[in-house]
Amino acid sequence: MSKKLKKRIKRVVIGAVVYLAAVLFQRIFGTLQWFCHLTVFLAAYLIIGGDVVKNALRNMGKGQIFDENFLMTIATVGAFFVGDYPEAVAVMLFYQVGECFQSYAVGKSRKSITALMDIRPDYANVFREGEWVEADPDEVLVGDSILVRPGERIPLDGVIEKGNSSLDTMALTGESIPRDVSEGDEVISGCVNKNGVLEITVSKPYGESTVARILDLVENASSKKAKAENFITKFAKYYTPVVVICAALLAVIPPLLLGGGWSDWIYRALSFLVISCPCALVISIPLSFFGGLGGASKEGILIKGSNYLEALADTEVVVMDKTGTLTKGNFAVSKAVLSKEAKENGIVPVKAEDISEKAEAGSTEAGSTEASGTEAVLLQLAAYAESFSNHPISKSLLVAYGKTVDTSLITNAEEIAGHGVVVKIGNREILAGNEKLLTSRGIAFEEADEAGTLIYVAEGNCYLGYILIEDEIKQDAAKAIKDLKESGVKKIVMLTGDHRKVAKKVAETLSLTSYYAELLPGDKVSKVEELFAEKSAKGKLAFVGDGINDAPVLARADIGIAMGGLGSDAAIEAADVVIMTDEPSKLARAMKISRKTLVIVKQNIVFAIGIKVLVLLLAAAGMASMWAAVFADVGVAVIAILNAMRALKA
Amino acid sequence: MKKTYILEDLDCAHCAAKIEEAVGKLEGVSKSTVTLLTQKLVIEVEDDKAKSIYKDIEKIVKKFEPDVEVIEK
Repeated sequence: MSKKLKKRIKRVVIGAVVYLAAVLFQRIFGTLQWFCHLTVFLAAYLIIGGDVVKNALRNMGKGQIFDENFLMTIATVGAFFVGDYPEAVAVMLFYQVGECFQSYAVGKSRKSITALMDIRPDYANVFREGEWVEADPDEVLVGDSILVRPGERIPLDGVIEKGNSSLDTMALTGESIPRDVSEGDEVISGCVNKNGVLEITVSKPYGESTVARILDLVENASSKKAKAENFITKFAKYYTPVVVICAALLAVIPPLLLGGGWSDWIYRALSFLVISCPCALVISIPLSFFGGLGGASKEGILIKGSNYLEALADTEVVVMDKTGTLTKGNFAVSKAVLSKEAKENGIVPVKAEDISEKAEAGSTEAGSTEASGTEAVLLQLAAYAESFSNHPISKSLLVAYGKTVDTSLITNAEEIAGHGVVVKIGNREILAGNEKLLTSRGIAFEEADEAGTLIYVAEGNCYLGYILIEDEIKQDAAKAIKDLKESGVKKIVMLTGDHRKVAKKVAETLSLTSYYAELLPGDKVSKVEELFAEKSAKGKLAFVGDGINDAPVLARADIGIAMGGLGSDAAIEAADVVIMTDEPSKLARAMKISRKTLVIVKQNIVFAIGIKVLVLLLAAAGMASMWAAVFADVGVAVIAILNAMRALKA
Repeated sequence: MKKTYILEDLDCAHCAAKIEEAVGKLEGVSKSTVTLLTQKLVIEVEDDKAKSIYKDIEKIVKKFEPDVEVIEK
């Protein structure tokens, strides 16, 4: 609670006591002259609302009419004039109580939202002139060594030089499971170091580090306003003058036409003035959006503006990139299949004896060891063959093999670009590669009908079988698609540069609406254009990609969403929404949060305008007192603010 | 260049909009955004005006909200 608010509350409480005393005084000494009562009530009024009157006078001097203070002052002073002393004071009292509530609620929501974004590091421990000193993260240079102790936040992006630990990435990604890191790993700023001491070499200046980029993004988010917010700003601009003019007309015209009853009509007009402030809307609508953006960022979904939050709720078509979005983008062995011959004759694993002369005879003999003839042997042969290659596919073969490859057994290795590898192990010659390799060697084989990358393995002239390597579908991809469909997305389309067969398999596994394969980056834009032409006018098209090579599509879509975007500057630049983890299911979460936020926004608009109009009508008809008018002003504002805070709890 | 100011104790949405508009009209300022909820004013200002602009901003803020303190960040 701010000092200003505390002071205000104190004054209101004292004023309230004086007010009660004044009411009692009036009851007991009802026979006294009117000016005695006026003096007592005026005292209470000035204690409670002195600042309001002061502000009103000051603002008037600066040409600021139609502000809250001014309107409240006119209304209450007017009430004094028509002789309603207790009511004049009571209205001011309730107005002040409401203002305090409002101020408190806004302050509290502000705090809880900014706490979510509290990832800014206060200092960095830098190694300078032989010792560790605390420095502003801004002053740390690329290449400096920084020390991060347990419980501290990593201030800048860098690479671990020494130490290992687990990192809490909760504030960045919403992911609750800590991430283990050790020497050589890249770490991003904003994570909290949980246990070990880490020495990190800084790789990016603070301004380009993850934390600074995210904060920048979040802070600028509120400058892109949603349609609902613009509507409210416009509404507020006309609402107050219109109501004030109505009040003036109401005070003058009916008594002139109907004759007499001036004070009654003036009272009604004064109620109008009390209701004429659009505070409830002006505060609660941006607050709801802000809450929605905050709630989303808590889950690792950064939305660059309320306008995108609004658009997300109307998503009709979702276009997804394949690699890196629906699939992991890493390649893993999914199966090994033996050829007919290999099944019949068996295949021989690589053994230490292969390079000694004795074993030579033995190794050509089928079925000489227990393990021979199995798929595992095929994998072993492929792993040995590929052990010298740096190709990502070789890496996945080695991972799938799982045991260490004794490279000393390999006497000769030759890599044929675009074909594969040929290695010699003693007298044995093992080939591993694509169909071109086998064809060029004149080895007879059957082409496999599989979707994915195929590695054919042969020994000498004998084809042994193939290994299928596939890009793995992400664990939550199926859930993501299901959730999207449930939340009303009509079309989910996959675009990929990959082979048709691979695309078909992924699309069918995940039951996507449709897919387009073998696209060049430029084709993706034209496909998106086609989808734009097909969708309804109101529905929005969202594109989800990993941010690599798809900046033009990200920019073209109504909502460009980049995934796992923490590493890529280009993605954060081009996208409207950044999902910080690799999970496509966050997209459905983002939609859900946006829908909830919009429901709250609509509730607040309808509720606030509805109550105000209702009370205006009742007041005009003389059926609502100034009390009701105060409720329609500050009471509604407080309720709308409380409602807005629900947006934060996604 | 971009400059950020904290508008301490700003709690009136109306005034926030008015401050935003008035600061945006200052000479050398190409963009001005006030966010009520973060109590921040972010401006895009010409480099040679960046130093002297503080006084103008303070004047504007005091005009609409005398209780608000402008703190340069």
